[in-house]
Amino acid sequence: MEKRTTFSKWSVGILFAVPQLLLIFTFFYWPAGQAIFWSLTLQQPWGGGNIWVGLDNFKSILANPDYWNSVTISIIFAAISTSLSMGVALVLAALTDRQLRGSKFYSVVLIWPYGIAAPASAMAFRFILAPEAGFMSIVNHYWPGLWDPGLNGADAMATIIAAFSWKYIGYSFIFFLAAFQAIPRSLIEAAAMDGSGVIRRFWDIQFPLITPTIFFLLVINITESFQDSFGIVDIMTAGGPHNSTNLMVYKIYSDGFKGLDFSGAAAQSIILMLLIIVLTIFQFRFIERRVHYR
Amino acid sequence: MVERTPILNFFTHLILFIGFVMAVGPIAIVAIAASHNLAEVNQVPMSLIPGTDFWVNLKTAWTTADLGPKLLNSLIFAGGVAAGKVIISALTAFSLVYFRYPGRHFIFWLVFITLMLPLEVRIVPTYAVIANVLSPYQGLLDATGLTWLIEKVTGIQVSLNMGLLNSSLGLILPLVATATGTFLYRQFFLTIPDELTEAARMDGAGSLRFFFDILLPLSRTNMAALGTIMFLWAWNQYLWPLLITTDPSHATAVTELKQLIPNVGGLPEWHIAMAGTLIVMIPPLLVVVLMQRWFVRGLIATEK
Repeated sequence: MEKRTTFSKWSVGILFAVPQLLLIFTFFYWPAGQAIFWSLTLQQPWGGGNIWVGLDNFKSILANPDYWNSVTISIIFAAISTSLSMGVALVLAALTDRQLRGSKFYSVVLIWPYGIAAPASAMAFRFILAPEAGFMSIVNHYWPGLWDPGLNGADAMATIIAAFSWKYIGYSFIFFLAAFQAIPRSLIEAAAMDGSGVIRRFWDIQFPLITPTIFFLLVINITESFQDSFGIVDIMTAGGPHNSTNLMVYKIYSDGFKGLDFSGAAAQSIILMLLIIVLTIFQFRFIERRVHYR
Repeated sequence: MVERTPILNFFTHLILFIGFVMAVGPIAIVAIAASHNLAEVNQVPMSLIPGTDFWVNLKTAWTTADLGPKLLNSLIFAGGVAAGKVIISALTAFSLVYFRYPGRHFIFWLVFITLMLPLEVRIVPTYAVIANVLSPYQGLLDATGLTWLIEKVTGIQVSLNMGLLNSSLGLILPLVATATGTFLYRQFFLTIPDELTEAARMDGAGSLRFFFDILLPLSRTNMAALGTIMFLWAWNQYLWPLLITTDPSHATAVTELKQLIPNVGGLPEWHIAMAGTLIVMIPPLLVVVLMQRWFVRGLIATEK
């Protein structure tokens, strides 16, 4: 879509874009290019020289079982937390959309968790799921040592998934509810007149119409689970025990800033970038397609 | 609805209520734990009846983590990012929609691509840029041979240096440098009728006048939505402020939470930790509650 009427002094027009261009060059394109350069060289920490090593950094990362562990658990984390938060949000949104008494109240309150910072929700869940205090302590009261996120990797994974999913239920809920409410009431009423029940109407009418939203949220939730999980991991487990929660974004941070392995961290960043770019392109494809739906 | 479904209605209410408990329960538990004393918070199971030490704990958490200045830092940081996004995005969208100049499509794509790569994955080199914000320009001079030329001709060695570690500006600018808001404005500007622009031009208004007197006042809704969403997003940032504010006096409230994690050994002071968590949770939660309409509209408009 284009404007018919535009302003003729295009030199003024470019000036309006200059602040944005300066910012994205300095803080986006330069660092992104730098990351590519660093991933192909061996960087001495804090301003030493650098040696060109080609793809060696990538080779050594891909040969490292610790890295593959971090990829595997990131995928497990993304899969479980995304399906959990989206599944719960879908059910809640579908039921809120039935517009019984109190629906308005639920549509307001169920969004709240999204306003809470990942580290704050991590603190809350760290307490709620702590082995010695809070609510999971009851489990240990009857079966001592059964629940211990500090020692057991699976328990630690469960705690970060709980904190992350909780926050993102509110987020998915907003989009699902908007999608349900965009479906014309008359369509559902007509189907009801024809004698189809609530469940039948959900699967045959509502569900197909919200599939674009489902795909969109799937990509957003997966992308966020690769980035926004950082605060949760840092507060709840710091990657432990025994690397069982050392997700990709946390490993970049700990290798780069704690281990001072800038080249390795940069190479890992490039791989994560590619992963997110693929996901984003996928997302835009679906958004474009959804425009044609109308 | 069109039919009577008493059983389904019952289950709808039940499940929504369970959802409500799941959404608000953790916040309530934080508040209740924040009202207990050391012994009560470590009781198994913890009592859900609030204790009496709420204000004492809030005060202790407030002073232990030095939350007053930290909340102020968060406010400056989140406000700065929100204001920066609202202004810069409007300027860019205006340029892209209302002018036709060579390279316009190239600029569009340059801006568009920034949506793909979050700060988290370019964190290491962005940190280096903040340590010397002029390093990209020094890099350009070096790469084009200009540094060498200037030194040959004038004898001056060019070395641009300006550190932004531990500064509000260093905290804010990299987060403003993505194009989230640009496309929100762009979509909106495209819906404004051409007749309006024509009328304004007929009346002798130039581009600046049109932008400030007509376009911006019309965009108030978008600004509120974008401002709310960006404020929340920035307030809740963790990794970036954690890295670049090595000096505690510049830290934000969210990064200070880590200070409150109880030590292992002895009875853990969860009541203080939860009091601090509650204080940090409340401001963004208030923004969501008060600005819900804008917040939801902004989310749906920016992401789609």
